[in-house]
Amino acid sequence: MRYLPKSPDERREMLASIGVRSIDDLFASIPEQFRLKARLSLPGPFSEHEIIEYFRARAAENSCGYTSFLGAGVYNHLRSVVTDSLIQRGEFLTSYTPYQAEISQGTLQAIFEFQTLMSELTGMEVANASMWDGSTATTEAVLMAQRLTGRNRVIVARSLHPEYRQVLDTYTRNLGLRICEVGFTSTGQIDAAQLETAIDNQTAAVVVQSPNFFGVVENVAPLAELAHAKEALVVAAITEGVSLGAVRPPAGADIVAMEAQSFGLAPSFGGPYAGVIATRDKFVRQLPGRLAGETVDTEGRRGYVLTLATREQHIRREKATSNICTNQALCALAVAIHLCLLGKEGLKELAAQNLAKARFALEELEKVPGVRRAFSGPFFNEFTVEFPRSVKMVNAELLREKIIGPLPLGSFYPELTKRALFCVTETTTRAEIERMTAALRQILSNPV
Amino acid sequence: MYPSDYRYTKDHEWIKVSGETGTVGITDYAQHELGDVVFVELPAAGKQVAAGKIFGTIESVKAVSEIFAPVSGDVIEANAALANTPEIINTDPHGAGWLIKMKLSNPTDVSGLMDAAAYQAFISEKEASA
Repeated sequence: MRYLPKSPDERREMLASIGVRSIDDLFASIPEQFRLKARLSLPGPFSEHEIIEYFRARAAENSCGYTSFLGAGVYNHLRSVVTDSLIQRGEFLTSYTPYQAEISQGTLQAIFEFQTLMSELTGMEVANASMWDGSTATTEAVLMAQRLTGRNRVIVARSLHPEYRQVLDTYTRNLGLRICEVGFTSTGQIDAAQLETAIDNQTAAVVVQSPNFFGVVENVAPLAELAHAKEALVVAAITEGVSLGAVRPPAGADIVAMEAQSFGLAPSFGGPYAGVIATRDKFVRQLPGRLAGETVDTEGRRGYVLTLATREQHIRREKATSNICTNQALCALAVAIHLCLLGKEGLKELAAQNLAKARFALEELEKVPGVRRAFSGPFFNEFTVEFPRSVKMVNAELLREKIIGPLPLGSFYPELTKRALFCVTETTTRAEIERMTAALRQILSNPV
Repeated sequence: MYPSDYRYTKDHEWIKVSGETGTVGITDYAQHELGDVVFVELPAAGKQVAAGKIFGTIESVKAVSEIFAPVSGDVIEANAALANTPEIINTDPHGAGWLIKMKLSNPTDVSGLMDAAAYQAFISEKEASA
């Protein structure tokens, strides 16, 4: 974005040509009492040097040298500078939403490629141009199931990310949707028996996450059979996209809702990220948001368009498929570039590293007296262990050792205050894992 | 142009009644206004529809529009041919491009709708004011 300064002479000339005497005259239509009289409370003006010094000092306040074992929906992965430098090109960074297809070919092609990658990754027939994030994608998937089935009851696994469940509650509070939760077993997976009795002929969807919030991989196919037997749809949420390099996409799912942050987007204190929604071709007209399509022009040349745009809010207003009017274009572009850099084999290798390191970390943790694996189900790069005491107390001590400890599950599940959700990715070194287990051994050997 | 044995609504649907059964479609005027139809969403057999209420949508390259039931009744059949060839609504709106067949709750309801001459006058007026 360019900043164009104006000299006092230029200002006078511009004001004269529109027939006003001063800049204040431009605001004459705003009643006197609503105009800001005081100066803005800002420091400065600063010289360039002072500004750089100011931000350098702020940057120095950032902590560094910490090792993190936090995951729970947001993951530390390696990112290439190639992604950031490409998405900062002006053509991508400042381009407006591609309403005018003929002049937005590059943007539309990028979206189309993102959609293609997401379809292939999730094993679904069609994916949209992206959503706000994984939580809103999951909620939109539920609303889609409500429209498709005409039913108003939704069954949600308690092992779905608790913040996703909060977003679902907020969105649906006034939509006449009843939400019912189903618990988990000692494997950490959804209680299939409880689920079977919960599904009735008013159930629009069953929502499960895999790997779930406890890090455990769900076996979605038999759950889908239970749901489909009552003509309910299955929404499968995925918070850790990298798992798809090692774990089969959720078989039998009708809608997949995914957070794509793991692919080239920094954790950045909670966003911006990119949500993914993918489904079966036959449900495409209830897919929220937008969809880029590939076509040919009158001369047979390849071109891109916004497909099904007639169902979007800018055309269909209150009757639109959803409130989503655009997409996370720049973040989706970062995801697409990151995946192209990784490649198919790269993604498999990345997933294998995550899995191997997580297994190693669990083995090391199990050697610490008093620590035990909490759930027996298979896991990817996150797993739950039980401590002999409160996780929050242990974490406070780990932090003194510059270790950001596991997520205390008690924050979301009051009955699980001693359970800790660890995340280990390719960024975690063997030395860091060993330093953490040594610190934990020391902490737990001290009397409470 | 507009079959004399059909009845018409201000929302540009037609209904052809025989006994207690009616066939419903959109008029030639409507298909022309919509442009190329690409998709139609219709209710399943057995579904109840109410006069003046939405029973489906028609998607064209320009817009997605609601289709309103001319009279109340139960859906007997939706035109299955439209799933793969929705363009027959453009080529034959008053024939092969029909939308649903329905059992009328009250066959005399159609007398409240316009006949072909009244509909022709209605759209002429519409076009004149446009």
